[in-house]
Amino acid sequence: MALTTIGHSGGAAQGAVAQALKGSRVDVRGKAFEVGLLACLLVSLLVLAALISSILTDGLGTFSDRGVDFLDAGLSRRPARAGISQGIVGSVWIAISVAVVAFPLGIGAAVYLEEYARRNWLTSFIQLNIRNLAGVPSVVYGLLGLAIFVDALNGFTSNSGVDTKTLAAAGITLAVLVLPVMIITTQESLRAVPQELRDAAYGVGSTRWEVIRKIVLPYAAPGIFTGSLLSIARAVGEAAPLIVVGSYTFSSGGAGLNLNNVFDPSHLQERFTALPTVISNWSKAPQPEFKVDLAAATILAMLVFVLLINSIAIVLRNRFEKKRSG
Amino acid sequence: MGAVFGTAAGASLLISALILIALFSKGWEFFTDADWGTVFGSDNWAPRQGEFSISTLLVGSLIVTGIAIVVAAPLGLGAAIYLGEYARPRVRRVLKPILEVLAGVPSVVFGFFALQWIAPNVVGRLFGEEAGRGGSMLAAGIGVGILTIPLVASVSEDAMRSVPDALRQASAGLGARKMTTSLKVVVPAAVSGIVAALILAMSRAIGETMVVYIAGGAADQATFQADPREATLTMTAAMASLATGSDNVVGAGLAVPSLYFLGIILFFFTLLLNLLGDRFVRKYRQAY
Repeated sequence: MALTTIGHSGGAAQGAVAQALKGSRVDVRGKAFEVGLLACLLVSLLVLAALISSILTDGLGTFSDRGVDFLDAGLSRRPARAGISQGIVGSVWIAISVAVVAFPLGIGAAVYLEEYARRNWLTSFIQLNIRNLAGVPSVVYGLLGLAIFVDALNGFTSNSGVDTKTLAAAGITLAVLVLPVMIITTQESLRAVPQELRDAAYGVGSTRWEVIRKIVLPYAAPGIFTGSLLSIARAVGEAAPLIVVGSYTFSSGGAGLNLNNVFDPSHLQERFTALPTVISNWSKAPQPEFKVDLAAATILAMLVFVLLINSIAIVLRNRFEKKRSG
Repeated sequence: MGAVFGTAAGASLLISALILIALFSKGWEFFTDADWGTVFGSDNWAPRQGEFSISTLLVGSLIVTGIAIVVAAPLGLGAAIYLGEYARPRVRRVLKPILEVLAGVPSVVFGFFALQWIAPNVVGRLFGEEAGRGGSMLAAGIGVGILTIPLVASVSEDAMRSVPDALRQASAGLGARKMTTSLKVVVPAAVSGIVAALILAMSRAIGETMVVYIAGGAADQATFQADPREATLTMTAAMASLATGSDNVVGAGLAVPSLYFLGIILFFFTLLLNLLGDRFVRKYRQAY
């Protein structure tokens, strides 16, 4: 009896305390704070909306007037005839160079650091070095490309030695630029592989190489794939290193490039431009047709490419995370 | 197989070595031959005419970076607190990709946006139509700031997420409101990560090239300018314009060495900031 009384009155007390804690007034400052924080995030959304709408309003006209012709035509001093085929060729080959050079090197380095390397001063120095390389401004990579891949190694990146500022030199420069990020994202995926899986495989007598090839890499594959896609997207959007390495502008080169021979590897030995450098050159041109309309149309073409790669990566990662946690 | 993978890891060391070799072998001439009195004393950067006022570029870089941090710090931090402390998982899943998409937009696009939209619509409205016509340090700085919001947000959210829940519960147990818990407990506990976010953002902003090159308002030369509403060149924009113009890095005498010399300054500036940022990141990782 006594117990139930206590229990009963205890319940009432609990209610009263809860009531008092809640308070009758709304927490105005707290709400305002929360709304303010949300606003910070929404500013980013608004900026993104403004960015997309301004590019669409400036850029769509070119596509509706000229359609595929804009993609197929070459650079020209006359806005009505100018197109971006050389830019597309350059960007496609830069993406290919990154896949060929940066993927194997990046995955190899990450596998070494996670699966083979002992924890000693050399390993931590390599790690520190990779983190710092990831923070080196992209324009400095352009200087590396100009001094080493264009000047010092011109016999390797060009056939004649005359046109040394080739697409191959540009592609290698950008592959080197994304390499540190590629290594870091691959390392993170490898670190997410549960140690038990490795131990179990060793337990049934696998060699280290078998464990890596049959257990670790397949398990980490989706993460590595996401990181690789993001690396390509990053490389395709980079303009500054290409300007320094020596992409051409209005005045020269690029004859003979068009959409029909995009995948012809001999482009690697020719002078180059790419979508981001075309955008940069046109944005700085004095005529409004170049500066506004054609620059925006080129941005549209590039963004479709880059955002497509990015969103595939984000969707893949989200699906992957859900599967792991669930 | 280990040796093969080890070689790949060693390639990263080779890249660093090559960067240093490239910068110093081609930039050294500037150290020895430049007239250092004018490098820091004069107020004209016109490399093709042999005028190398690096102080002009340094001040341009500092102003643009300062504006970028003023834009990115509150917006990025606010977004991080909201995502980390307030947003329910479902809301977070919807809102977080905004920042990820923003982070994925190439900087050359922000350059176009800063020149064509931010200059007339933001700078023009704040400081009069005249200031919004064409590029300026302000337009470029705001553009760079927007570009660094995702970096500030993701690094500082990371730091706040690593603050143990026990601290939040203890604060709530003492009767603190959510706002008090966020501002007086979580943010101070994550302060080293937040500082790291700002340092890394600064490093990113100093090295950002395309936005300033397109929206900074200057072509290939600049005079000393400390008014953010005016046009100028930063170190990075000066490098990009040295490299263009006539399809080649050309110019009299020290023009090419000056390009690499700017690279040296930029490399060590960002290296210093990145090492510093790295230290702060490790501090919070160690604490919890």
